[in-house]
Amino acid sequence: MNTHTEAGYDGNTLAGPLSEVFAIEVTTAVGRCQGCGTSSQLATFRVYGPDPGLVGRCPGCESVLMRLVRTQDALWLDLSGMSGLRIPMPADSAPEINP
Amino acid sequence: MARAAVSGGLKLRRTWRPAVLLERRRETPSACTLVLEVLGWPGHLAGQHIDVRLTASDGYQAARSYSLAAPTNSDQIQITVQGVPDGEVSSYLVADARPGDSFEVRGPVGGWFVWRPEESSPVLLVAGGSGVVPLMAMIRSRDGISGAPFRLIYSVRTPEDRIYHDELRRRAAEDGGLDVTFIYTRTAPKDEPRPAGRISLDDFISHGWSAEAEPTCYVCGPTAFVETVADLLIFSGHDPSKIRTERFGPSGP
Repeated sequence: MNTHTEAGYDGNTLAGPLSEVFAIEVTTAVGRCQGCGTSSQLATFRVYGPDPGLVGRCPGCESVLMRLVRTQDALWLDLSGMSGLRIPMPADSAPEINP
Repeated sequence: MARAAVSGGLKLRRTWRPAVLLERRRETPSACTLVLEVLGWPGHLAGQHIDVRLTASDGYQAARSYSLAAPTNSDQIQITVQGVPDGEVSSYLVADARPGDSFEVRGPVGGWFVWRPEESSPVLLVAGGSGVVPLMAMIRSRDGISGAPFRLIYSVRTPEDRIYHDELRRRAAEDGGLDVTFIYTRTAPKDEPRPAGRISLDDFISHGWSAEAEPTCYVCGPTAFVETVADLLIFSGHDPSKIRTERFGPSGP
Protein backbone atom coordinates (compact mmCIF):
# COMPACT_ATOMS: atom_id res chain seq x y z
CA MET A 1 0.00 0.00 0.00
CA ASN A 2 1.43 3.34 -0.98
CA THR A 3 0.20 5.90 1.50
CA HIS A 4 2.74 8.62 0.88
CA THR A 5 3.87 10.53 -2.16
CA GLU A 6 7.46 10.27 -3.25
CA ALA A 7 9.89 12.75 -1.74
CA GLY A 8 10.72 15.45 -4.23
CA TYR A 9 14.14 16.24 -2.81
CA ASP A 10 16.76 15.07 -0.39
CA GLY A 11 18.76 16.71 2.36
CA ASN A 12 21.14 18.41 -0.05
CA THR A 13 18.45 21.02 -0.50
CA LEU A 14 18.55 21.82 3.24
CA ALA A 15 22.07 23.25 2.87
CA GLY A 16 20.94 26.76 1.90
CA PRO A 17 18.29 27.35 4.57
CA LEU A 18 20.48 25.78 7.29
CA SER A 19 23.43 27.94 6.24
CA GLU A 20 21.49 30.89 7.67
CA VAL A 21 21.56 29.28 11.10
CA PHE A 22 24.70 27.19 11.39
CA ALA A 23 28.23 28.55 11.13
CA ILE A 24 29.45 25.39 9.40
CA GLU A 25 28.19 23.18 6.60
CA VAL A 26 25.77 20.93 8.43
CA THR A 27 24.33 18.60 5.75
CA THR A 28 27.31 16.28 6.32
CA ALA A 29 26.29 15.93 9.98
CA VAL A 30 24.77 12.62 11.04
CA GLY A 31 21.39 12.60 12.77
CA ARG A 32 19.93 9.67 14.68
CA CYS A 33 16.26 8.86 14.19
CA GLN A 34 14.20 8.70 17.39
CA GLY A 35 11.87 6.27 15.64
CA CYS A 36 14.07 3.50 14.25
CA GLY A 37 17.56 4.41 15.43
CA THR A 38 19.00 4.78 11.94
CA SER A 39 21.90 7.22 11.76
CA SER A 40 22.08 9.11 8.49
CA GLN A 41 23.66 12.21 7.07
CA LEU A 42 21.29 15.15 6.71
CA ALA A 43 22.10 15.15 2.98
CA THR A 44 20.42 11.75 2.65
CA PHE A 45 17.14 12.68 4.36
CA ARG A 46 14.03 12.43 2.20
CA VAL A 47 12.86 16.00 1.86
CA TYR A 48 9.37 17.25 1.05
CA GLY A 49 8.72 20.85 0.12
CA PRO A 50 9.78 23.52 -0.45
CA ASP A 51 6.51 25.27 0.41
CA PRO A 52 5.20 26.08 2.95
CA GLY A 53 8.32 24.59 4.54
CA LEU A 54 10.81 21.75 4.27
CA VAL A 55 10.14 18.43 5.99
CA GLY A 56 13.01 15.96 6.35
CA ARG A 57 12.18 12.32 6.86
CA CYS A 58 14.31 9.34 7.86
CA PRO A 59 15.62 7.34 4.89
CA GLY A 60 15.17 4.23 7.03
CA CYS A 61 11.60 4.55 8.33
CA GLU A 62 10.12 7.79 6.94
CA SER A 63 9.62 9.29 10.41
CA VAL A 64 9.73 13.08 10.44
CA LEU A 65 13.19 14.08 11.66
CA MET A 66 13.05 17.80 11.10
CA ARG A 67 10.90 20.66 9.95
CA LEU A 68 12.11 24.01 8.71
CA VAL A 69 9.79 26.90 7.98
CA ARG A 70 10.77 30.45 7.08
CA THR A 71 8.33 33.20 7.98
CA GLN A 72 8.64 36.94 7.49
CA ASP A 73 10.47 37.49 10.73
CA ALA A 74 11.71 34.08 11.88
CA LEU A 75 13.01 30.68 10.95
CA TRP A 76 11.33 27.75 12.69
CA LEU A 77 13.57 24.75 13.12
CA ASP A 78 12.10 21.60 14.67
CA LEU A 79 14.68 18.86 15.21
CA SER A 80 12.58 16.85 17.66
CA GLY A 81 12.60 13.70 15.50
CA MET A 82 16.32 13.29 16.11
CA SER A 83 18.03 12.24 19.29
CA GLY A 84 21.27 13.98 18.41
CA LEU A 85 23.51 15.35 15.72
CA ARG A 86 27.11 14.31 15.09
CA ILE A 87 28.86 17.15 13.31
CA PRO A 88 32.21 16.38 11.64
CA MET A 89 34.80 18.75 13.06
CA PRO A 90 38.58 18.19 12.96
CA ALA A 91 40.44 19.02 16.18
CA ASP A 92 42.32 21.89 14.55
CA SER A 93 39.10 23.46 13.34
CA ALA A 94 37.43 25.03 16.32
CA PRO A 95 34.09 26.64 15.61
CA GLU A 96 34.57 30.17 14.41
CA ILE A 97 32.62 33.19 15.43
CA ASN A 98 30.95 34.63 12.43
CA PRO A 99 32.15 38.06 11.34
CA MET B 1 42.60 41.29 11.76
CA ALA B 2 42.04 40.38 8.14
CA ARG B 3 39.65 37.53 7.59
CA ALA B 4 41.42 34.39 6.36
CA ALA B 5 40.47 33.09 2.94
CA VAL B 6 38.31 30.00 3.24
CA SER B 7 39.00 27.37 0.64
CA GLY B 8 35.85 26.25 -1.10
CA GLY B 9 33.79 28.65 0.95
CA LEU B 10 32.63 25.96 3.36
CA LYS B 11 32.65 27.93 6.56
CA LEU B 12 31.13 31.33 6.19
CA ARG B 13 27.49 31.74 7.00
CA ARG B 14 25.49 32.50 3.89
CA THR B 15 23.25 35.41 3.25
CA TRP B 16 21.41 36.54 0.14
CA ARG B 17 23.45 38.67 -2.19
CA PRO B 18 22.75 40.28 -5.55
CA ALA B 19 23.49 38.51 -8.82
CA VAL B 20 23.35 40.02 -12.29
CA LEU B 21 22.56 37.90 -15.34
CA LEU B 22 25.35 38.34 -17.89
CA GLU B 23 24.38 35.74 -20.46
CA ARG B 24 21.75 33.11 -21.11
CA ARG B 25 22.57 30.17 -23.37
CA ARG B 26 20.08 27.59 -24.59
CA GLU B 27 21.22 24.01 -24.00
CA THR B 28 18.08 22.10 -25.03
CA PRO B 29 14.52 23.18 -25.96
CA SER B 30 13.73 23.31 -22.22
CA ALA B 31 17.05 24.04 -20.48
CA CYS B 32 19.30 27.10 -20.35
CA THR B 33 22.68 27.92 -18.88
CA LEU B 34 22.82 31.25 -17.07
CA VAL B 35 26.08 33.08 -16.46
CA LEU B 36 25.79 35.26 -13.36
CA GLU B 37 28.04 37.88 -11.87
CA VAL B 38 28.16 37.77 -8.08
CA LEU B 39 30.60 40.28 -6.63
CA GLY B 40 32.87 38.84 -3.95
CA TRP B 41 32.08 35.23 -4.84
CA PRO B 42 34.17 33.08 -2.43
CA GLY B 43 34.74 30.15 -4.82
CA HIS B 44 33.10 26.74 -4.64
CA LEU B 45 33.54 22.98 -4.98
CA ALA B 46 32.18 20.92 -7.86
CA GLY B 47 28.77 19.61 -6.84
CA GLN B 48 27.81 22.55 -4.63
CA HIS B 49 24.68 24.52 -5.40
CA ILE B 50 23.15 27.93 -4.91
CA ASP B 51 19.68 29.01 -3.95
CA VAL B 52 18.08 31.57 -6.25
CA ARG B 53 15.46 33.94 -4.82
CA LEU B 54 13.07 36.01 -6.90
CA THR B 55 11.05 38.85 -5.46
CA ALA B 56 7.86 40.05 -7.15
CA SER B 57 6.82 43.69 -7.15
CA ASP B 58 4.27 42.94 -4.41
CA GLY B 59 7.01 41.47 -2.19
CA TYR B 60 6.16 37.82 -2.81
CA GLN B 61 9.30 35.69 -2.80
CA ALA B 62 10.14 32.26 -4.17
CA ALA B 63 13.46 30.42 -3.83
CA ARG B 64 14.81 27.26 -5.47
CA SER B 65 18.14 25.40 -5.51
CA TYR B 66 20.28 25.02 -8.63
CA SER B 67 23.56 23.20 -9.05
CA LEU B 68 26.60 25.16 -10.12
CA ALA B 69 27.59 23.93 -13.57
CA ALA B 70 31.25 24.96 -13.81
CA PRO B 71 34.25 26.05 -11.76
CA THR B 72 34.25 29.66 -10.72
CA ASN B 73 35.69 32.27 -13.05
CA SER B 74 36.50 35.11 -10.61
CA ASP B 75 33.08 36.64 -9.89
CA GLN B 76 31.26 34.69 -12.60
CA ILE B 77 29.30 31.54 -11.89
CA GLN B 78 27.12 29.33 -14.07
CA ILE B 79 23.95 27.39 -13.40
CA THR B 80 21.99 25.26 -15.85
CA VAL B 81 18.24 25.35 -15.30
CA GLN B 82 15.72 22.83 -16.58
CA GLY B 83 12.32 24.44 -17.08
CA VAL B 84 9.57 22.58 -15.27
CA PRO B 85 5.84 23.05 -16.00
CA ASP B 86 4.39 25.77 -13.77
CA GLY B 87 7.80 26.21 -12.14
CA GLU B 88 7.64 29.58 -10.37
CA VAL B 89 11.36 30.19 -10.54
CA SER B 90 12.52 28.03 -13.44
CA SER B 91 10.03 29.41 -15.95
CA TYR B 92 11.36 32.92 -15.33
CA LEU B 93 15.00 31.81 -15.54
CA VAL B 94 14.52 29.73 -18.70
CA ALA B 95 12.07 31.91 -20.62
CA ASP B 96 11.94 35.48 -19.36
CA ALA B 97 15.23 36.49 -17.76
CA ARG B 98 17.31 38.92 -19.82
CA PRO B 99 20.94 39.99 -19.54
CA GLY B 100 21.13 42.82 -17.01
CA ASP B 101 18.32 41.39 -14.88
CA SER B 102 19.20 40.97 -11.24
CA PHE B 103 17.93 38.74 -8.46
CA GLU B 104 19.39 37.21 -5.30
CA VAL B 105 21.51 34.13 -4.69
CA ARG B 106 22.74 32.36 -1.58
CA GLY B 107 25.74 30.10 -1.66
CA PRO B 108 27.75 28.16 -2.39
CA VAL B 109 26.07 25.59 -0.15
CA GLY B 110 26.22 21.84 0.28
CA GLY B 111 29.16 19.75 1.46
CA TRP B 112 28.14 16.16 0.83
CA PHE B 113 27.52 15.84 -2.92
CA VAL B 114 30.91 17.34 -3.79
CA TRP B 115 34.05 16.17 -5.55
CA ARG B 116 37.49 17.52 -4.67
CA PRO B 117 40.27 17.49 -7.30
CA GLU B 118 42.75 16.04 -4.79
CA GLU B 119 40.70 12.81 -4.66
CA SER B 120 42.44 10.35 -6.96
CA SER B 121 40.12 7.32 -6.88
CA PRO B 122 38.05 6.43 -9.98
CA VAL B 123 34.73 8.22 -10.27
CA LEU B 124 31.44 6.97 -11.65
CA LEU B 125 28.96 9.68 -12.53
CA VAL B 126 25.35 8.69 -13.21
CA ALA B 127 22.94 11.36 -14.40
CA GLY B 128 19.22 11.33 -15.08
CA GLY B 129 18.04 14.31 -17.15
CA SER B 130 19.18 17.64 -15.73
CA GLY B 131 20.91 15.74 -12.93
CA VAL B 132 23.93 16.00 -15.20
CA VAL B 133 24.57 19.60 -14.08
CA PRO B 134 26.59 19.03 -10.88
CA LEU B 135 28.34 16.09 -12.56
CA MET B 136 29.36 18.37 -15.43
CA ALA B 137 30.86 20.72 -12.84
CA MET B 138 32.97 17.77 -11.62
CA ILE B 139 34.07 16.92 -15.18
CA ARG B 140 34.97 20.54 -15.88
CA SER B 141 36.81 20.87 -12.53
CA ARG B 142 38.83 17.74 -13.24
CA ASP B 143 40.13 19.08 -16.56
CA GLY B 144 43.90 19.50 -16.44
CA ILE B 145 44.02 19.30 -12.63
CA SER B 146 43.25 15.72 -11.69
CA GLY B 147 44.20 12.37 -13.21
CA ALA B 148 41.28 10.56 -11.55
CA PRO B 149 39.56 8.48 -14.24
CA PHE B 150 35.92 9.45 -14.78
CA ARG B 151 33.05 7.55 -16.37
CA LEU B 152 29.74 9.27 -17.01
CA ILE B 153 26.54 7.37 -17.74
CA TYR B 154 23.90 9.88 -18.74
CA SER B 155 20.25 8.86 -19.11
CA VAL B 156 17.95 11.04 -21.21
CA ARG B 157 14.55 10.53 -22.79
CA THR B 158 15.51 11.55 -26.33
CA PRO B 159 18.56 12.95 -28.15
CA GLU B 160 17.16 16.48 -27.97
CA ASP B 161 17.15 16.31 -24.17
CA ARG B 162 20.94 15.95 -23.95
CA ILE B 163 22.47 18.89 -22.09
CA TYR B 164 26.16 19.63 -22.90
CA HIS B 165 26.14 16.98 -25.66
CA ASP B 166 28.78 18.55 -27.92
CA GLU B 167 31.10 19.45 -25.06
CA LEU B 168 30.83 15.98 -23.53
CA ARG B 169 31.62 14.34 -26.89
CA ARG B 170 34.58 16.65 -27.40
CA ARG B 171 35.97 16.14 -23.90
CA ALA B 172 35.60 12.33 -24.16
CA ALA B 173 37.40 12.33 -27.54
CA GLU B 174 40.27 14.49 -26.31
CA ASP B 175 40.69 12.99 -22.85
CA GLY B 176 41.57 9.32 -22.39
CA GLY B 177 40.60 9.57 -18.72
CA LEU B 178 36.97 10.42 -19.43
CA ASP B 179 34.35 8.03 -20.84
CA VAL B 180 30.86 9.25 -21.70
CA THR B 181 27.89 6.98 -22.42
CA PHE B 182 24.40 8.18 -23.29
CA ILE B 183 21.41 6.02 -22.37
CA TYR B 184 18.13 6.78 -24.16
CA THR B 185 14.93 5.81 -22.40
CA ARG B 186 12.30 6.79 -25.01
CA THR B 187 13.90 7.45 -28.41
CA ALA B 188 17.45 6.56 -29.43
CA PRO B 189 19.37 8.03 -32.38
CA LYS B 190 19.40 5.86 -35.53
CA ASP B 191 23.06 4.91 -35.13
CA GLU B 192 22.68 3.91 -31.48
CA PRO B 193 23.10 0.14 -31.04
CA ARG B 194 21.41 0.06 -27.61
CA PRO B 195 17.62 0.07 -27.95
CA ALA B 196 15.75 2.75 -26.00
CA GLY B 197 14.93 1.64 -22.48
CA ARG B 198 15.43 2.40 -18.83
CA ILE B 199 18.86 2.13 -17.31
CA SER B 200 19.71 -1.42 -16.24
CA LEU B 201 22.43 -3.55 -14.70
CA ASP B 202 23.83 -4.27 -18.19
CA ASP B 203 24.58 -0.57 -18.66
CA PHE B 204 26.70 -0.54 -15.51
CA ILE B 205 28.49 -3.77 -16.50
CA SER B 206 29.28 -2.33 -19.96
CA HIS B 207 30.07 1.27 -19.05
CA GLY B 208 30.60 1.59 -15.30
CA TRP B 209 33.37 0.49 -12.95
CA SER B 210 33.51 -2.90 -11.31
CA ALA B 211 33.13 -2.78 -7.53
CA GLU B 212 36.78 -3.94 -7.25
CA ALA B 213 37.91 -0.59 -8.71
CA GLU B 214 36.30 1.02 -5.62
CA PRO B 215 35.02 4.08 -7.43
CA THR B 216 33.28 6.95 -5.74
CA CYS B 217 29.81 7.06 -7.28
CA TYR B 218 27.80 10.26 -7.74
CA VAL B 219 24.17 9.79 -8.75
CA CYS B 220 21.94 12.77 -9.52
CA GLY B 221 18.48 12.91 -11.02
CA PRO B 222 14.80 12.54 -10.25
CA THR B 223 14.02 10.62 -7.08
CA ALA B 224 12.87 7.36 -8.74
CA PHE B 225 15.92 7.34 -11.01
CA VAL B 226 18.31 7.88 -8.12
CA GLU B 227 16.68 5.10 -6.05
CA THR B 228 16.91 2.67 -8.99
CA VAL B 229 20.55 3.45 -9.72
CA ALA B 230 21.61 3.31 -6.06
CA ASP B 231 19.93 -0.10 -5.72
CA LEU B 232 21.69 -1.39 -8.88
CA LEU B 233 25.07 -0.17 -7.64
CA ILE B 234 24.63 -1.76 -4.21
CA PHE B 235 23.44 -4.98 -5.88
CA SER B 236 26.64 -4.91 -8.00
CA GLY B 237 28.73 -4.86 -4.84
CA HIS B 238 29.58 -1.17 -4.58
CA ASP B 239 30.19 0.10 -1.07
CA PRO B 240 27.10 2.09 -0.01
CA SER B 241 29.36 4.56 1.79
CA LYS B 242 30.94 5.48 -1.55
CA ILE B 243 27.63 6.20 -3.25
CA ARG B 244 26.54 9.84 -3.05
CA THR B 245 23.12 10.84 -4.23
CA GLU B 246 21.20 13.99 -5.01
CA ARG B 247 17.49 13.87 -5.77
CA PHE B 248 15.15 16.42 -7.24
CA GLY B 249 11.57 16.10 -8.34
CA PRO B 250 9.37 13.02 -8.56
CA SER B 251 9.24 12.69 -12.36
CA GLY B 252 12.01 11.43 -14.56
CA PRO B 253 13.36 10.03 -17.78
